[in-house]
Amino acid sequence: MILLLQYTLLFASVLMLVALGGCFSERSGVINIGLEGIMVVGALGGALVMKFLPLEMGGAPVMILATLVASAAAGMLFSLLLAVAAIHFKADQTITGTAMNMLATAAATVAVKAMNTAASGGNDVSSDIIYTRARNTFIVRFGNFEFNWFMLVALIALVVSYVVLYKMRFGLRLRACGEHPQAADSVGINVYKMRYAGVLISGLLGGIGGIVYITAGVSSWKFENGVAGFGFLALAVMIFGQWKPIRIALAALLFGFFRALGNVYTGFDLLKNLNLPSQVYNMLPYIISLLVLALTSKNSLAPKAEGIPYDKGSR
Amino acid sequence: MIRKKLASFIRKDGVQTLLASLLCVLGGLLIGFAVLLIIEPNGAFEAITVILKNFFKFSSSRSQLKYLGQTLVRTAPLLMCALSVLFAYKVGMFNIGAAGQYVAGACAALFFALYFKAPWWVCVLAAMAAGALLGAASGALKTFCNVNVVISGIMLNWIMLYITNMVLSTDGVKNPMSPYTIQVRGNNTQGLLPQMGIQTLFSNEKSVTIAIPLAIIMAVVVWVVLNKTRFGYELKATGYNFHAAKYSGMKERRNIILTMAISGALAGMGAALLYLTGIEEWETTISSVPAMGFSGIAVAFLGGLSPIGSILAAFFIQHITLGGSYVDTTYYCAQISSLISSLIIFLCAFVGFFRYVMQSRIGKKDEAAQAKLQAEKGGSVT
Repeated sequence: MILLLQYTLLFASVLMLVALGGCFSERSGVINIGLEGIMVVGALGGALVMKFLPLEMGGAPVMILATLVASAAAGMLFSLLLAVAAIHFKADQTITGTAMNMLATAAATVAVKAMNTAASGGNDVSSDIIYTRARNTFIVRFGNFEFNWFMLVALIALVVSYVVLYKMRFGLRLRACGEHPQAADSVGINVYKMRYAGVLISGLLGGIGGIVYITAGVSSWKFENGVAGFGFLALAVMIFGQWKPIRIALAALLFGFFRALGNVYTGFDLLKNLNLPSQVYNMLPYIISLLVLALTSKNSLAPKAEGIPYDKGSR
Repeated sequence: MIRKKLASFIRKDGVQTLLASLLCVLGGLLIGFAVLLIIEPNGAFEAITVILKNFFKFSSSRSQLKYLGQTLVRTAPLLMCALSVLFAYKVGMFNIGAAGQYVAGACAALFFALYFKAPWWVCVLAAMAAGALLGAASGALKTFCNVNVVISGIMLNWIMLYITNMVLSTDGVKNPMSPYTIQVRGNNTQGLLPQMGIQTLFSNEKSVTIAIPLAIIMAVVVWVVLNKTRFGYELKATGYNFHAAKYSGMKERRNIILTMAISGALAGMGAALLYLTGIEEWETTISSVPAMGFSGIAVAFLGGLSPIGSILAAFFIQHITLGGSYVDTTYYCAQISSLISSLIIFLCAFVGFFRYVMQSRIGKKDEAAQAKLQAEKGGSVT
C-alpha cells in the first residue's frame, strides 16, 4: 500500500511537471507535441551529471541541485528547436514536435552508445547509463516510505506556476498571447518574446520531468527506449486539466495512480488473483486517458490561438 | 533564353518541392556527418559513405541485386505508412496513429496466417480491416468527442502495441523457445505473399514478392483518388474547411471517419506486406512501438506530400536506414541513420519557409523586370 502511494506520488510528480510545462507553452500559443523528446533530452542531461559528478563534492544537496540544473538546461536548449522553428520560421508545430521526439531518442541513443563504446574500447555497445549511487541521494526514508526530493520540486513547481500564471503581469500577458495575439500586440506586448518564454519554460519543466521519470523506480536507464509515451500522457493530463495548474495537479494524481498500479499490482492479492497479464496493467494509463479525454474534450478550454503561427501582418 | 526557361522551371510547384526536399536531405546528411566527426573523426567519411552505399558495398552484382531486393521489400511497408500519413494529412489530419494502425495490421495478418492458417489475401484483408478499425476509432473520437487526432493516435499506438503482444503470444502463434512468433514460411506457405517470378530479377531473393509492385500500385491509386475523383475532392474540401463542407451538403463527420479508416487500412496493409514475406517475425516482448509508422511521417513530408514523391522518398529513407546497419560498430551505431532521418523531418517542417523564400526571390525579380520594362517604354517609374 505504501509502495503504491509512493509510486503514485512519484509518477504524479512527473506528469505534473511535464503537463505544467506543456501548459505554459500552449498558453503562449505554441502546441508542444515535442514534450516527449524534451523529457528524453532532459533525462540525458541529468543522468550524465549523476554519472560523472563525484558524490564527495558537496554530497546530496549539490548532487540534487546539479542534476536539476543540468536537466532543466538540457530541456530548455532542446526546446529552442521548437521555439525557433515555430515562432520565427512559422513552421508546422505538429511536424516540428514529432520530429523532435524522434530526434531526441535517436540523438540520445547515438550519444550514449558513442560514450559507452569509447569508454569500454568497443566492448559495451549498450545505450544504458547507470546511476545507482547518485540516485540514493534523492531519497529520504520514513519507515517504509521513500520520500523523493523531486516530489517537493513538483509541488513547488505547481505553486509557482499558479502564481506566475494568475497573479503576475507576466502570466496575464502570456495567456493573452495564446488567446488573441493580435490584441496583445496592439497594447504593446511582444508576442514573439512571450512565446519564446512559454516554450522555454516548457523545456525547463519538461527536462526536469524527464530526470524524475527515469530515476523513479530504477537505477539505470536504457536510452533506446526513450520515455515510453510519458510525454504524451502528460499532454493528456494537461488537456484533462483544461490548461489550469490546480486541475492539472489533480489529473496528474489520477493518471499517476494508474501508472503506479502497473508497477506494484503484484503486491495486492486481489489484483494478483485476477491473473491478468502484465500487458493489461501497462495499457491501463493509456486506456484511462483515452476514456477521460473522450468524456471531457467536448467543452475544451484550449487557448484559442494555439498552433497558429503569429504573423504581425495578419488581422 | 536559357535563363528564362530556367526561371519558369523554378517557378513550377513540383520543382520547388523537389528542391526543398533535396535541401532537407542535404541538411540532414551534413548534420549527421558532423555528428560522426564528433564521435570519431577518423572513420567518419567512411561511415557516411557506407550509409549512403547500402547494398552497393557488396562487390558482386548478384549480392547487390539480392540486397537491393531486401531493401525494396522493406521499402514497400514504409511507402504504405507514408501513404497513410499523407492521405490523412491532405484531409487536414495528422495521423501519428499510423504507427499503431501498422501494429494492428501486423497483429491481424500474423494471427490469421499462423492461427487460422488462412491464405495470404485473407490475411492482407484482415490487416487492412484491423488498421481501418483503429483509424476509424481515432476519427470517431475526433468527430464525436472532439479529441485531438494526434493525442488519440498516440494513446491507441500504445494500447495496440500491448494488445498485439498479448494476442501474438497465443500458443501456436508464438515460438515457445523464443520471444518471436513462429515463421510463416515453415508453417503456412499459403500465407506467404506470392512471388510471381519477380524474385528472378533479384537473384532469387526469397522475400521478394508482389508486395513491391502492390505498394506502388497503391501509391498510384491514392494519387488518383485524391486528385481525380469527386470522393477525393469532397474529402479534401472537408479538410480545408469543415463548416463550409457541411454547409455545401457534404457529410462532414462521415468524411472524417472514412478518411481515418482508409488511412488506417493503408498502414495496416503495409504491415501485411512486410510480415507476410517471411523476412522477419514479430517480437512479442518489444516495449516500444515499431518505428515504421513514424518513419512514414518522414517519408510523406520528404516526398512533398505526393504519393509519387513518396515512392522515391521511401526508398531513400529505407536505403540509408539499412546502410546504417553496416557502419563500423567499434565507433558508431546503427541509430545514426534514424538520427539522420529525424533531422530530415525536422528540416521538412521548414519547407514552407524555403518555398516562401524562393517565391519571394522570384517575385522580386519579376517586379524588377516589370519596372525595367516600364522604363524602357518611356514612362517614368514613380
